[in-house]
Amino acid sequence: MRSLRSIILPMGASILAILIGGILVAALGYNPVTVYGSLISGAFGTGINIGNTITASLPLIIVGLGIAISFQSGLFNIGADGQYWIGATAAVWFGYHFNHLPGWFHMILCIVVGMIAGALWAGVIPGFAKAFVGSHEVITTMMMSYIGILLARYLIEGGPMQQKGFNPQSPEVAQNTQFPYFTQGLMQSQLSLIAVAIALVAVIVVWFLLYKTTLGFQLRTVGLNQRAARYAGINVKLFTVLALCLSGMFAGLAGAVQMLGVDHRLLDGFSSNYGYTAIVVSLLARNNPIGVIIAGLFFGALTTGGQNMQMVSNVPAALTDVLTGLIIFFVACERIIPQVIGWYRRRRTLKSTSAA
Amino acid sequence: MIFSDPEIWAATLSMAVPLALPAIGGTFSERTGVVNIAMEGIMLIGAFFAVTFSYWTGSAWLGLLAALICGGLTASALAWGAIRVSADQTVLGMGINIFAAGLTTFLLNTLFGFNGTPINTPKLPNVSIPGLDKIPYIGVIFQNQSILVYIMIVLVIVSHWFLFHTRLGLRMRSVGEHPLAADTLGINVWRIRYFGVILSGLFSALGGAYLSIGVLNGFTANMTNGRGYIALAAMIFGKWTPLGSFGAALIFGFSTALGIVLQGQGISSNLLQMIPYALTILALAGLVGRAVAPAADGIPYDPRRS
Repeated sequence: MRSLRSIILPMGASILAILIGGILVAALGYNPVTVYGSLISGAFGTGINIGNTITASLPLIIVGLGIAISFQSGLFNIGADGQYWIGATAAVWFGYHFNHLPGWFHMILCIVVGMIAGALWAGVIPGFAKAFVGSHEVITTMMMSYIGILLARYLIEGGPMQQKGFNPQSPEVAQNTQFPYFTQGLMQSQLSLIAVAIALVAVIVVWFLLYKTTLGFQLRTVGLNQRAARYAGINVKLFTVLALCLSGMFAGLAGAVQMLGVDHRLLDGFSSNYGYTAIVVSLLARNNPIGVIIAGLFFGALTTGGQNMQMVSNVPAALTDVLTGLIIFFVACERIIPQVIGWYRRRRTLKSTSAA
Repeated sequence: MIFSDPEIWAATLSMAVPLALPAIGGTFSERTGVVNIAMEGIMLIGAFFAVTFSYWTGSAWLGLLAALICGGLTASALAWGAIRVSADQTVLGMGINIFAAGLTTFLLNTLFGFNGTPINTPKLPNVSIPGLDKIPYIGVIFQNQSILVYIMIVLVIVSHWFLFHTRLGLRMRSVGEHPLAADTLGINVWRIRYFGVILSGLFSALGGAYLSIGVLNGFTANMTNGRGYIALAAMIFGKWTPLGSFGAALIFGFSTALGIVLQGQGISSNLLQMIPYALTILALAGLVGRAVAPAADGIPYDPRRS
């Protein structure tokens, strides 16, 4: 019953949001069927589109795993965007230095430093501030996120990582740290086997960590009831720092994977918003690592489909954000369902008693 | 010395407005026990509809009215979810923020095309208070400021008086501290909370409108640029009081103004923009001592269950 509800509810919320989006689109004079048609065909229409959708979903899945860990530990890591970019920056910096290292070792090194950088960005200041002073992590992670993105931007806009003589951007990472693309046919979608493998391994690791290890059990205990956790002898402060570190680690991993697999360098812009969309991914997945795959693919499809929609139907891609916001709102309002059922039952008993 | 230049204080005051207004709004919401992180989104809604209706009607004041109505409606959605449905208030706020960012960008592109809002959109007037502008130094600070700057100053004082010296203010605070006790005394907890949240929507929308038709006369995508979140920090920094929120907003406003001044001296703007964010973390990490939220902040209250 519980598991059934955890599938039906996000689906119902998504359908409701799509309906409202359709009304909005129709009110502005577009044909909702063509608009959504171009969205769906943009996401799944051809092999390359499907490849694009998977490529777009990988960072969402990996960041989403980190968010799921923080939510399960009772923390709200809202600053994963900055952790992602700090991880990306660290990976790129190592990626175009140390070129004498063997290729595979260099690649692994980039990924590992990306993970460490993300973990430290979330764990050190927000983690310790939460554990020892009680500073709310929603604000500290958010502020660190802004600082992280500004730092990355500074580094390539006149800072030490700017490639001389170009628009603000960093040098490209070494050729042998770049993930090879899946097949020639799918090259356009920049899909790589290594990135897919990393995402899948990450899902399994997080699932195993949360549900099959003592550490995961302790993390979830802290998330469910801090007082009980403390009585059980769990060091809540330590686990707060640890949970934020782990959460940031996956955001950093996503940044590294995206740099080595797709972007190959830091470019100006920094507006991917993976950190925010990943929160939605995790919420829709009920913070379940397996569910994160499905929710990640869903939002990957929304992203690639939205771009196609803007090109084909001339409807701004921002429509997908409208849908995302609505979905979160409706999922949050899930408790209306038992309330409505209770109200309906009460009315029925009232009717039957008055009839009798 | 840059501090002796009154221009930096004028800029500080101007930068403080879009932080102080939503921070005071957040204070009203959280004092009644509803966590409001949707200020960012409601500001965007306010900023966008202020410009749209200002352009359509040709009157910036009608634009402001539209901003308030739309902000109030958005806040009502948050209030309904938080109060009636007992949903997670942080998640609701997140949803509203993403929705608002998407909706305003979407409507900006569909209603005005991809080139932005028209340049002939009317804006609210800038005014100087006669007499005040004759005072040396102080006069420069209050010279030719947007009328919303003065409205904000009045609202700060009125809000503080309202929250701490009126019967309704007392009721709001009691509902946020101990809703069951308030309920027992015959106070309608839900109604007071609706009032607090909608009030916060009005203040946030006013802050957003200040950006779009007070300082400028146009809307750009995501023009609030995280101010709603800094306002959240200002509210906590100010210990959930209107006067404190205003003080905190002035500090953030000053750090932004300082950044602009220092940028003129060749320091990277990216690094300078970090100042308000770093200051927020420092503020939270104990510069102001432990900030204690209203006891029932974020906890739904269901009168049917108790």
